[in-house]
Amino acid sequence: MRNPTAGRSLKLTNVSGRSILKRIDWLSVFIYLALVLIGWVNIYSSTFSEEHASIFDFGTLYGKQLFFIGVSLITIVIILALEVNFYERFSSVLYLISMISLLGLFVFGKTIAGATSWYDLGFFNLQPSELAKVATALALAKYLSDIQTDIKRRKDQLYALLIILIPALLIIPQPDPGSALVFFALIFVIFREGLPLFYLAIIVSLILIFVVTLKFGTVWLIIGLALLIILLFGFKRKSFKIPVIPLSLVSIAIIVFSLSVNFVFNNVFEQRHRDRFSLWLRLEKDPEKLDQIRKTIGYNTHQSEKAIESGGFFGKGFLEGTRTKGDFVPEQHTDYIFSTVGEEWGFVGTATVILLFTTLFLRLISLAERQKNAFARMYGYGVISILLIHYFINIGMVIGVLPTIGIPLPFFSYGGSGLLFFTVLLFIFLRLDTNRLKESF
Amino acid sequence: MRKILLSSLIILIAIAFLGRLSYLQIFSFSTDHMLDDPAIKAIYDYPERGYIYDRNGKLLVGNDPAYDVMVIPREVKPLDTLEFCGLLGIDKEKFIEKLRKARVYSPRLPSVLVPQLSKQDYAKLQEKMRKYTGFYIQKRSLRYYDTPSAANVLGYISEVNEGDLAVNKYYVQGELKGRTGVERYYEDLLRGRKGVQYIQKDRFNRDIGPYKNGALDTLPEQGKQISITIDKTLQEYGETLMNGKRGGIVAIEPATGEILSMISGPTYDPALLVGRERSKNYTKLYNDTIANPTWDRSIHAQQPPGSPFKTLNALIALQEGVIDENTKIQCYNGFYVGRKKKGCHCGGGLRDIHSGIYVSCNAYFAGAFKKIYEKFDTTDEGMDVWEKHMRSFGLGDYLGYDLPFGQKGRIPSKEYYDKWYGDNRWSASYIISNSIGQGEILATPVQLANMTAAIANRGYYFTPHILKKIEGKEITEPRFTEAKHTTIDPKYFEPVIEGMADVYKKGTARWLQIPDIEIAGKTGTAENFTKINGVRTQLTDHSVFVAFAPVDDPKIAIAVYIENGYFGSRYAGHIASLMIEKYLKGEITRTDLEKRMLEKTLEAEYAKPYSGEEFKINERVW
Repeated sequence: MRNPTAGRSLKLTNVSGRSILKRIDWLSVFIYLALVLIGWVNIYSSTFSEEHASIFDFGTLYGKQLFFIGVSLITIVIILALEVNFYERFSSVLYLISMISLLGLFVFGKTIAGATSWYDLGFFNLQPSELAKVATALALAKYLSDIQTDIKRRKDQLYALLIILIPALLIIPQPDPGSALVFFALIFVIFREGLPLFYLAIIVSLILIFVVTLKFGTVWLIIGLALLIILLFGFKRKSFKIPVIPLSLVSIAIIVFSLSVNFVFNNVFEQRHRDRFSLWLRLEKDPEKLDQIRKTIGYNTHQSEKAIESGGFFGKGFLEGTRTKGDFVPEQHTDYIFSTVGEEWGFVGTATVILLFTTLFLRLISLAERQKNAFARMYGYGVISILLIHYFINIGMVIGVLPTIGIPLPFFSYGGSGLLFFTVLLFIFLRLDTNRLKESF
Repeated sequence: MRKILLSSLIILIAIAFLGRLSYLQIFSFSTDHMLDDPAIKAIYDYPERGYIYDRNGKLLVGNDPAYDVMVIPREVKPLDTLEFCGLLGIDKEKFIEKLRKARVYSPRLPSVLVPQLSKQDYAKLQEKMRKYTGFYIQKRSLRYYDTPSAANVLGYISEVNEGDLAVNKYYVQGELKGRTGVERYYEDLLRGRKGVQYIQKDRFNRDIGPYKNGALDTLPEQGKQISITIDKTLQEYGETLMNGKRGGIVAIEPATGEILSMISGPTYDPALLVGRERSKNYTKLYNDTIANPTWDRSIHAQQPPGSPFKTLNALIALQEGVIDENTKIQCYNGFYVGRKKKGCHCGGGLRDIHSGIYVSCNAYFAGAFKKIYEKFDTTDEGMDVWEKHMRSFGLGDYLGYDLPFGQKGRIPSKEYYDKWYGDNRWSASYIISNSIGQGEILATPVQLANMTAAIANRGYYFTPHILKKIEGKEITEPRFTEAKHTTIDPKYFEPVIEGMADVYKKGTARWLQIPDIEIAGKTGTAENFTKINGVRTQLTDHSVFVAFAPVDDPKIAIAVYIENGYFGSRYAGHIASLMIEKYLKGEITRTDLEKRMLEKTLEAEYAKPYSGEEFKINERVW
């Protein structure tokens, strides 16, 4: 299986470079460039002030971001130039390095905004959790594609899960629960490769019960459950025998879980957690308390929603967003960058961004599915899972349909490490894709 | 299944996001939000409110600077509270409470600590102000009244309320707006238009520069200086004559319809509704529901006009040809309606139109009134004709003057009586009281004055109005400058006016003649009733008087209405006579008459219904 050219993996060749440009998926590249460009325009608007006129002023945030866009473009060239089997070969090493770098944060880490998530490299701050996303995706793909691995086996399932869990557990205490959450998205890769969907069904049901209990209460949950069972009895085929005992056990389990949700919510959660959920699920009806929540814990979400709302259909125009200019939405150039799109470009802008992301994801799925090589396919799914969860949680939070979890919008949000490693994440896959016709590298 | 799992998830997410975004940006979006936007602050530049002058260019209302002590709680440093309170003229508890309220409102934004310092307090405070960080003095402009009178005409201004804000988008919280009188009716002229500057703010409410580089900003437009038709001297004089009397006086220049004075008694000093004591004073005035000083009787008090109304009935009878100058009617110290006798004070005898007017003979006018109706086949027809003539004098409906309020008065129609008595179940004798201005007729003093002006002009009038000039330019509004013609031919006015002139020469007002001026007038004594503990009780008659002078070239037409003043020639007649002399001559020659009016009050009369005891009415007191 091993490629005889492995030893020369770092060699750059002009010949392969030209063929890569022919075979690379240009649709993905164009969408990537479009997102980066739109992102930068909005960062410019969010951080713009009259005093700095030049876009190349590296003292400004948009100037710095422009610099990192340049760095990312150079990195793309390097990624495309590297031998394709380099990534598979070095995935384990990379994973190890990134785990060590995560560990190293506990000693050498730099604290920004309460989270010890950065290394101070002088000219910029490196966030190793961004690197870990790439490394974990590679390592998981490598492990799952190994001929020895059988995902139907409990032990192998556990190992795969461990690859995901280690970085997550290292990141949680930084504390950066948002970034840690991202790693769990990689479970999709394992599902794609054969982890029983039964697990997924359980996870989805638990989330559903949790939300239904908080929103409507246990009584309504029981009523709904009863209705479902009646329907089941009513519409069953004659030949079908309902397993009465398991069904009642499941029902009891659901009710017990629902009751425990109430208990945990009221007794274990802290008030700030409760506030987040009551904001998300619109549990608070008292206008005075709601107003209080909007001024404190829900301030960001409220301001962000209002900014997006005030954009209307066509938006207020570039650099015309009054709430953006007034810095009403905190963290607007990073996590809340999408609200700038909403205010200045309106529904036209937000819908365009959603459609660009959706197209990119669907395109990447079709790319992943056409891979002959299992490693490339699995890595592809890893890329999609990581990008998708960022996009889903970030925009969901900014438009007020998900609770506040601070993670950036890929290619959009201000931040050097973020942009660089999202680029690396995507382009390693596009590089693997250029070799899709070969079963092995 | 596994392959499409992620794809369907991606599409579901996209649908959910687009749904939420269209809800926010398309359905919840509203364009009218510039001032609701917390990122934009509007700073207003208020123009000075326009001055108001009288018809001769004398100042009535101007502006005075006032000084508010402002505080920005966050910037307050420890201070000598005792000394500061002494300078401000408030006690320490109040100071602390006010400071607390200001902090609750906003620590960053200025609040008013002590509003409207007097000039003296300001002078004392100004020197020491720099000692107190976090406090500063803001100058603003308050209404200044150069007259103690005309409160009912000028009106007052006050802060806009929720209702105003909902109706008129121009105003924002804390702005002032005319509430009554000229201040209200000519609000737009006097106010001008505030300039606005839009400021882009950040989330800490700090200014970070002009919004859209000031493209939407506007400059203030000055308030207009206006002159009103009121004669300041006459108005002030009239109000002193009204001392202790309730009622209304309206004087009009017949040739233009300009209102020379419009007096309501009792009234109040307009300066009471300005400054720190404003709300205390307002409550006091407003709560006086018996004397009712805030109620402008000159345009609101609808009363039976009494005998002055006889002149109109005479004119209608002449116009309809049912009487002429030689028609004579017998007065039996009264007249008969069926078998019932109604009284008359004229002394009895054979009356014609001339003596009928100057001795105010009830029998004569009852007869003439009946003749009008007898001309027509049905009472309905007669009623329609009578009503049409009456309304042509501006009675029974809003006159259309330029003041914000008023009453219609009442000229009853056939429908009115049909409702009362039933269809065709009534006739002229049922409504005979209308012939002498009692019955169902109601008129306000301004309507009586206008009617008198129409007689003075021999058949037409100009809609009474209060605005004379805007920025020195005479108004040209057609509704005030075009004559309204009555339905009576000019030739019929002469005999009536002759009768009215003789009211002064040998009739009911012969003691009130002004040397060298020929006046035409008509007394009135109107019966009136009130309810005391649910019992309909008659009170002393209202004293009514209408007059114009000089007869041949009328310069002033006046109506005076004094509640419970008894005979028309008493209070109302005296006041009308004095007002005319004051206006035409500029001075009073009959000082005994003047003295009597300045001294006599009717307080005792007004106290009667509230005394709880039995009382006599129509007492001869002098």
